[in-house]
Amino acid sequence: MGKWWGVMLEEYLPALVHVVVGIGFAVVALLTNFLLGRAGARSKAKDTPYECGMLPAIEEQPRFSVKFYLVAMLFILFDIEVVFMYPWAVVFREYLEREGVLIFWSMMGFIGILLVAFLYALRKGAMEWSR
Amino acid sequence: MQLAIFWIFSVLMLLFAGLVVVMRNPVASALSLVMCFICLAGLYFTLDAFFIGIIQILVYAGAVMVLFLFIIMLLNLKEEVARRLKLSAFFGGGLVLCGFVYAMVKAVINLPEVWQTAPKLETGGISDVARIGFKLFETYNMPLQIVGVILLVATIGVVFLSSRQLR
Repeated sequence: MGKWWGVMLEEYLPALVHVVVGIGFAVVALLTNFLLGRAGARSKAKDTPYECGMLPAIEEQPRFSVKFYLVAMLFILFDIEVVFMYPWAVVFREYLEREGVLIFWSMMGFIGILLVAFLYALRKGAMEWSR
Repeated sequence: MQLAIFWIFSVLMLLFAGLVVVMRNPVASALSLVMCFICLAGLYFTLDAFFIGIIQILVYAGAVMVLFLFIIMLLNLKEEVARRLKLSAFFGGGLVLCGFVYAMVKAVINLPEVWQTAPKLETGGISDVARIGFKLFETYNMPLQIVGVILLVATIGVVFLSSRQLR
């Protein structure tokens, strides 16, 4: 058990370093902003987004366009595709040696069907933002 | 070591789950839920369930959370205004909660299964992801293609429904 965990931890070390660097970057950026930003005196007017000009008349949160819905749904659909590609990528080499090229064509068929979906969305202009 | 990681992820998960309730900004709540899901995925990893851990991140923290954020945008939810805590309501709610927790603990403690540790899963040196992969491509090739067709239909439906003036 102990040895197994040792191996695991060694494998996860890059991921851990990644997380630590990410958190460290965020902390340093926030801290620098906080420390350097204290140079001037703060007031209520200075904390507003615009120091001069008209007061913003619209609500603080604008309504979101329905285009976001399209992007979100397309993201989910192709996310599911990636879910199937994950075990495929893990077993690919071993399967190829043991059972043959079926695994390759199986995934090609799957991706081919989804390529039709992608081309349909592209042709219908679903990816064009300014329409 | 495993136990330490379990406790770290559990405490973080409960912390973020609490933040989901406490946060007044709905977007902040949703992002806390993402962190909660990621900690849950960490728990799955410590149990050697790598596939379900990755699915937890890809589908729950990714796809489902996109839907949650979309609902927040669609309904134009704003930051909740702080409400004054009513003392009587607070104590009444606390009393109900205590009774509920007491009943739950009493029911769970009497189950003999709670005190047993399940035997370790026999993996035979093959990870669960590889197992699922072999099963998928040995036995379920045709269903995989059918899943592809279902996703194709869903894509066409989404594109068709969300844009009125199509070319």
